[in-house]
Amino acid sequence: MSSKKIAFGFLVLGFSCLIVGLLFGYTGSLQYLFPNFLKDQLSFQKTRPLHVFLVTQWIWSAAIGAVYYFMPLVGNRKLYSEKAAFLHLLLQAFVISFSVYSFFAGNFTGREYLEFPLWLCFVLIAGWILALINFIGTVRPNYAKAPVYIWSWTTGLVFFIITISEASLWNFDHFNGNVIRDITVQWKALGSMVGAWNMLIYGSAIYIMSKAGGKEEIAYSKMAFFFYFLSLTNLMFNWGHHTYVVPASPAIKNISYIISMTELIIFFDLILEWRRSFRKDHGTRHFSYKFLTVADNWIILNLGLALAISVPYINQYTHGTHITVAHAMGTTIGINTTLLLAVISFIYIKENKKQISWVYKNIKPILWVFNISLLVFWLSLIAGGISRSQSTLANKPFYELMQRLQPIFQVFSLSGLVLVSALIFLALPLLAYFIKQISARKEIAEIPNLTIEVNTLHAEEIEA
Amino acid sequence: MSKKIIVIAILFVSYAAYSAWVYTKGTELTAPLNYAEQQQKGKQLWQKSNCIACHQLYGLGGFIGPDLTHVVSDKTKGRRLAYALIKSGNNVMPNFQFKDEEVNCLVSYLSYVDSTRNNYAR
Repeated sequence: MSSKKIAFGFLVLGFSCLIVGLLFGYTGSLQYLFPNFLKDQLSFQKTRPLHVFLVTQWIWSAAIGAVYYFMPLVGNRKLYSEKAAFLHLLLQAFVISFSVYSFFAGNFTGREYLEFPLWLCFVLIAGWILALINFIGTVRPNYAKAPVYIWSWTTGLVFFIITISEASLWNFDHFNGNVIRDITVQWKALGSMVGAWNMLIYGSAIYIMSKAGGKEEIAYSKMAFFFYFLSLTNLMFNWGHHTYVVPASPAIKNISYIISMTELIIFFDLILEWRRSFRKDHGTRHFSYKFLTVADNWIILNLGLALAISVPYINQYTHGTHITVAHAMGTTIGINTTLLLAVISFIYIKENKKQISWVYKNIKPILWVFNISLLVFWLSLIAGGISRSQSTLANKPFYELMQRLQPIFQVFSLSGLVLVSALIFLALPLLAYFIKQISARKEIAEIPNLTIEVNTLHAEEIEA
Repeated sequence: MSKKIIVIAILFVSYAAYSAWVYTKGTELTAPLNYAEQQQKGKQLWQKSNCIACHQLYGLGGFIGPDLTHVVSDKTKGRRLAYALIKSGNNVMPNFQFKDEEVNCLVSYLSYVDSTRNNYAR
């Protein structure tokens, strides 16, 4: 299998996980409204891990798929080992399939977000080691002169291996026998894991910004490197804001608070700067531009929320409420998913200049539906979190709280349905295209022209 | 050597040192707590039944069920209510068909978690 087909294989895997994961998420939201819904056949104990695990796998698979696609372009040579990349794809697909089977069978390890059997962690780690070897062998980076996206991708790959290993430490008595240590290390591993996938996604986003706008210097700028080091510092030390309620050493909280989430401010500024120059030179109809604009708006909203819940006094009442879920949904859907769609639509248009799906030709109204439904969904979660905090403070019984939250759950479920539909609408044409490419008999050209003509990427020209 | 490489080396060394501290001193129990066979078995059951999908311990877990971090010492809930709910479930929580001994183990584990509330404040 050629390297492009392998990259597309990861994208197909990612989109499949996204669509199925969203459907399980919607099923879970219905269980908030109707507690008896599928209670015996598919209880919340199963729908939640199925949803969370699959949407996480969308991010992992799509992020690494894009990096596999860009590797030969950046290194200007064939992929170091197509066999290793193909094996990684098989391992990833196996982990996902076996995890889904385990969840249906009720076989859990009970670890937040990584409920699958422990031995699958070793399979995952093996896959990411293969990806790192391929990356180094293909790109052969000279870090002293490398653009920032090479640094980001390397960091993402290394930290995936570190954080998945760290998330498996609970198997040792030293961690498992002390609940404070166990929970703190879980948050540490999961928080840094989010930082690792952000590194892969931000790297790809900066890559397409430097290529699509023809402004290579953006990837070498001081601002870009400042942002990279800030993100790395956050990845390493900022997970502590999740542990304000855990009675571990107060120093963990203080370190986290000092570092805070300033990376988003810088990234927002970077996209804003690129948008200004891109709009000036090329107009605003490029698909990647549209998705990056959406991501930019969500960065602003999540920045406000993230900064607010990083304040220890506020965090004490909001952590462990639906506000934490709003933060997670805002970042994974509003930022991660839209950045991934920007990157993947860039690949899609680059590969497929003539037969663009009508969905992408009429993307504006779909993006409006996506944005409005996500906003309503996000606000309903914040309202639910505030209500829950109030109930906790007033020491109200849990069932009373759930009764009070019913109208909010109705809004949350309805907006969730619209959001899921919009996302599936955006995902399906891309999924269909990449499946078609994989199943095509002829091999796709390995290293396409490295000069990406921005004119060929305009929707209006494709339509003409 | 490039400045960037020096910065990254410093960050990695700091990260390794910080991780080592978090794995040991930063998360130590400041007073000895009872974590015997019954509590350990309770933790295994907690994980195997994926209780975290619906309930939280110290902010980690789902929201459809109540936070159980301090359920045992909570005067409005307490050990008895925890026992009854785990044993029989309710209109939201499925009945997991736990045996009496297993329910006791789960309640003991929750009791152990609850007893860590004043860690570092002792």
